[in-house]
Amino acid sequence: MRNDSVQDVQSKKPAKDDIALPRLGFLGMLRWAWRQLTSMRTALFLLLLLAVAAVPGSLFPQRPSNPSNVTQYLADHPTSGPILDWFKLFDVYSSPWFAAIYLLLFTSLVGCVLPRAKIHWKAMRSAPPRTPKRLSRLAEYGTVEIPAGSGVDAAQAVKDAAAVLKARRYRVDVRDLDTDRPSVGAEIGFLKEVGNLVFHISILGVLASVAYSGLAGYSGQRIVVEGETFVNTLVGYDTFTPGAYFNSDRLSPYSVQLDKLAVTYDRESPGHYGQPIDFTASLTTKSGPDAPAKKQVLKVNDPVALGGTNIYLVGNGYAPVVTVKDSKGNIAFQGPVVTIPTDGAYTSLMVIKVPDAKPNQLGFVGFFLPTALLDKTTGVTYGSDPDPINPQLNLNAYTGDLGLDNGIPRNVYTLDTSKLKQINGRDMKAGGIVLAPGQSYSLPEHNGTISFDGIKRYAALDIRHDPGQNFVLIFAVLALAGLMASLFMNRRRVWIRTGNHPDGRTMVEFGLLARGEDHRLAGESAAIDKALHAKWLVPVDTPVQDGKQTPTIQPDAGQRVTVSSKDQ
Amino acid sequence: MPGINAGFALLSQQFMFMAGVAYAVAFGAYAWDLVAYSKLMRRGLALESAAAADSVAAARLVGVGSAGSIGQDLGAGPEDRGVRPSSKVHAGSDGITAGDSMKYGPEKRRAARVAVALTVLAAVVHGLAVVFRGIGAGRAPWGNMYEFCTTGGFTVTLIFLLVLTRRDLRFLGTFIIGLVLIMITYASLEAWTPAGHLVPALQSYWLIIHVSIAVMSSALFTMTFAMSVLQLFQSRREASLASGKRDKALVMRLVPNALSLENMSYRINGIAFVGWTLTLMFGSIWAEKAWGRFWGWDTKEVWTFVIWVVYAGYLHARATRGWTGTRAAWLSIAGYLCVVFNFTIVNVFFSGLHSYAGVGS
Ligand code: HEM
Repeated sequence: MRNDSVQDVQSKKPAKDDIALPRLGFLGMLRWAWRQLTSMRTALFLLLLLAVAAVPGSLFPQRPSNPSNVTQYLADHPTSGPILDWFKLFDVYSSPWFAAIYLLLFTSLVGCVLPRAKIHWKAMRSAPPRTPKRLSRLAEYGTVEIPAGSGVDAAQAVKDAAAVLKARRYRVDVRDLDTDRPSVGAEIGFLKEVGNLVFHISILGVLASVAYSGLAGYSGQRIVVEGETFVNTLVGYDTFTPGAYFNSDRLSPYSVQLDKLAVTYDRESPGHYGQPIDFTASLTTKSGPDAPAKKQVLKVNDPVALGGTNIYLVGNGYAPVVTVKDSKGNIAFQGPVVTIPTDGAYTSLMVIKVPDAKPNQLGFVGFFLPTALLDKTTGVTYGSDPDPINPQLNLNAYTGDLGLDNGIPRNVYTLDTSKLKQINGRDMKAGGIVLAPGQSYSLPEHNGTISFDGIKRYAALDIRHDPGQNFVLIFAVLALAGLMASLFMNRRRVWIRTGNHPDGRTMVEFGLLARGEDHRLAGESAAIDKALHAKWLVPVDTPVQDGKQTPTIQPDAGQRVTVSSKDQ
Repeated sequence: MPGINAGFALLSQQFMFMAGVAYAVAFGAYAWDLVAYSKLMRRGLALESAAAADSVAAARLVGVGSAGSIGQDLGAGPEDRGVRPSSKVHAGSDGITAGDSMKYGPEKRRAARVAVALTVLAAVVHGLAVVFRGIGAGRAPWGNMYEFCTTGGFTVTLIFLLVLTRRDLRFLGTFIIGLVLIMITYASLEAWTPAGHLVPALQSYWLIIHVSIAVMSSALFTMTFAMSVLQLFQSRREASLASGKRDKALVMRLVPNALSLENMSYRINGIAFVGWTLTLMFGSIWAEKAWGRFWGWDTKEVWTFVIWVVYAGYLHARATRGWTGTRAAWLSIAGYLCVVFNFTIVNVFFSGLHSYAGVGS
C-alpha cells in the first residue's frame, strides 16, 4: 500500500495539468485545491499541526476545566493575559484555529478515503492482475520440478497449484489453460486495505459522536449533606450545563438521599499517614416519586447509574452544624454549613451568612479544623489530621448589611466584609470565636449567640447524561480493529506458471509480490514452496537451514533457463 | 484492601539496589563489547593495509560499489534474503554494516554474551524487586512516580530481552541498559516513596490495564527511538562511505544498515502505536468511571493525544513520498521526546487531575 499511495501522489499530477496550469479557471482552481488538500503530504502536515496545536492547552489553564485558574492567571498577568485570551489560549480546544485544523484534516480524510474506497471496491471485484512475463524478477521466486512419469502435466499442475493457493485462502484465477504456458494468478489480504478504510472512517465516527455527546448530553453538580436528598429537577442542581439539544423533559424525576459518607484514612504507612484511601457514600435512591426506595453504594471510580444518568462522587468535605440566634433569642439560622477543604488535613474554609438575624444581619468567616492542635510557640491553632478527632470552629463575626437583598447573585462561599463591622477577631478585644462541638458562644454587643451542634459530611456529586459516549466507544473499537488489520495484515500476489519440458518433466515456477511493507513474504514463499512440493510428492531438495532459509537462489541455473527461456 | 507489609517493601529496596549494581556491570560489558569490536575492526583493517596498501581502497570501493548500487541498500548476508520485498538483489555481506535481518551472526562476541547474561540476571533480581514492592503495598506496583520508574525500567529490560531472543539487537545494549539504570537510579534517589495505599481515584483495575499497556508501549517506543537515532548516524555514514571517504566509526559495522533499521523500527512502532491507541482508549474509559467524562483535555490527556498524533504522523510519513527515511526517523524521535516529556516534566511539574496527590479529596 505504501507503494500505492506514493504512486497515487505521482499519478495525481499528470503532465497535462502542469501545462494547463496558467488557465485553470475557477473550477480548475478548486480541483487543484482539493487535490492539494487530499494529498498525503497535506494530511501529514495537518496531523503534525494538530499535535502542535494541542500543546498550549497543557501550558495555560483552560476555562472549561479550570475557570478560576484562568481568572487568577489574568489577574497575575494584566498585560500578556488579555493578548493570550484574544488568541483563545485559555479555550484552546474550542478555539476557531483549533477547529480549523481538525476540520481541514477531516475534510482531507474524507477526500482521501472515498476515492480509495472506490478503487479498492473495484480491485476486490476484479481478477488478480495478469501473470508477469518474468516471474524470476519478483521479490520472491521459486521453482518446483515434477519428475517425468508422474502423470501431472502443465494444465493439471496449474489446477493443483490453484487448489494449493485456495487452501491458503487466496483468491485465484486460472488462465491460459489451453496454451503450453498456463498460469494462475492469486491475491490475498484485501482486509488490509479495508482495515485502513475502516480505521479512517471510524476516526470520523469518533469525532461525530463526540460532537453529538456535547449537543445531546447534560451535566450538573450538586452538593449533598448527609441526610439531604437531591431530586433530579433543574432546581435540584447547584450548577447545570445543558447541551444545545437539551430540554428539561429529559430529566427523569429520581431522587437520591445521602445517608452516610464514610471515609477511611491511611493509618498504616508512614509516608502516606492520614491520606484518604476510601470514600463510600451510602445512598437511598428512588427512580421516581412513588417508586420503592433502594439502598445503593457510590464510590470513587464506581458511579451509580440512575434514570439514564450516571452519578459520580467527585468531592467531599465537612459540614459543621451550627445554630445562630439573634439578639432577641430567635433562631436566625440552623443547619449544616458546607465548608471548603484547603489542605490534606481538611482545614476547611467556612462562611456563614445570617441575613435573618434582627436587628443586625450577621456574618461569620473562619475555619473548621477536624483535628485542632495548638502550636505552643506561636499560639496559633492549626489542623493536623483530616479525621474529626478534636474538631474546632475558629470564626470571626461581622454585623451590617450583607448585601443579599438587592438581587445581585453572591457566591455562598465568600463574604465581602468591606462594608461590614467586625465584632470578633483574634486581634480584637473580644477575641475570636473558638467552639468545640456542643459549645456555644455569646456574641459581643448583644448580637446573639452561635452554637456548634455537630458535624456532618457532604458529598459533591456530578450527574451526567451522555448519549454519545456509547457511539464513541463503538467507533473507537472499530478504529482499533481496522488499525490492527491495516498494520498487521499483508496484501500479496502470487503467480504460478507451469510448462511441459521436452524430457517429460513438468516445470513449475512461482513468484510472490507484496504490496507495501511485508517482512513475512519470504516465509510465505517458503510455505508455498513446501506446499507445492507436498502436493506433488516431490522431495524438497534445497537444504532448508533452520527453517528460515528460503530457496530463492536456484542451485541449478539450467532448469531456470528451461522454464523462463520460453518467456522470450 | 490488603495491608502494607514493610518487610517486603524493604526487601524490594534491597533487590532494587542489587539490580542496579548488576545493570551497571552489564552496561560496562556492553560498552566493552563495542570497544572490543571497534578495536578488532581497526586491527583487521590495519593488517589488510599492511598486506596490500593500495588494494584496500580498491576492495572497499568494490564492496561499496556492489552493495551501494541501490542507494542506501548496503550489504546483507545470505540470511537476509526476502526481508525486504522491494529489493530482490541482495549483495553479499559487505563488512560495512551488519546483516539487515538482525539475526545472530556466526562471530563470537564474548563481551556481548557476558553483557546479555548479566542483563538476564539483573532482570530477574529487578523483577523480584518489583514483585516484592507489589506484595509490600498489597497492589499492582505502579501507583506513583517511584513505581512507574522502577516497573517501567523492568518492562524496558524485559522487552529488550524478549526481542533479543529473536533478533541480534545487542548493539542497543548500552543505550537500553543505560536508560534503565538512569530510571531506577532516579526513582531510588529522587522519587522514592514508602510503599503505601493508593488514593481512591487510582483504586481501579483500570490502573492495572491502562498503565501496564502504557508502560509496555513506551518500552517499545524506547527501542525504536534508539534505532531511529542509529538510523540517522548510519545513513550519514553510508553516504560518506559511498562518496569514498574513510570509515571513521568502525563500531557502526555492528549496526545494520539504515534501511533495515528503519524497517525494523517501523514494525515495532506499529505494534507500539496499537498499544498507545489502547492506552488512550482504556484511559478514556477509566476517566469516564473516575471523573464522569471520557475526555476533558487534562494535561496528561493532552500529551497522550499529542504522542498519538505524532506517531500517526510517523506512520503516515512512511507512506508519503519524500518523507520516508531520515524524516520519518526524526518523527519517531520527536514522538519519543514527547513520551519522555509526558513521563517526566508533565508528571512532576504540571498540575491536573492526574497529579495524584489531591485526587478525590
Ligand atoms: C484524523 C486524521 C488521521 C489519522 C489519525 C490517521 C491515522 C493513520 C494511521 C495511524 C495510519 C497507519 C495505520 C494504517 O496503515 O492504517 C494511517 C494510514 C494511512 N492514512 Fe491516515 N490518518 C488520518 C488522516 C488521513 C488523511 C487525511 C489521509 C489522506 C490524505 C490519510 C491517508 C492514509 C493512508 C493512505 C494510509 C496508509 C498508509 C500505509 O499504507 O502505510 N490519513 N493513518
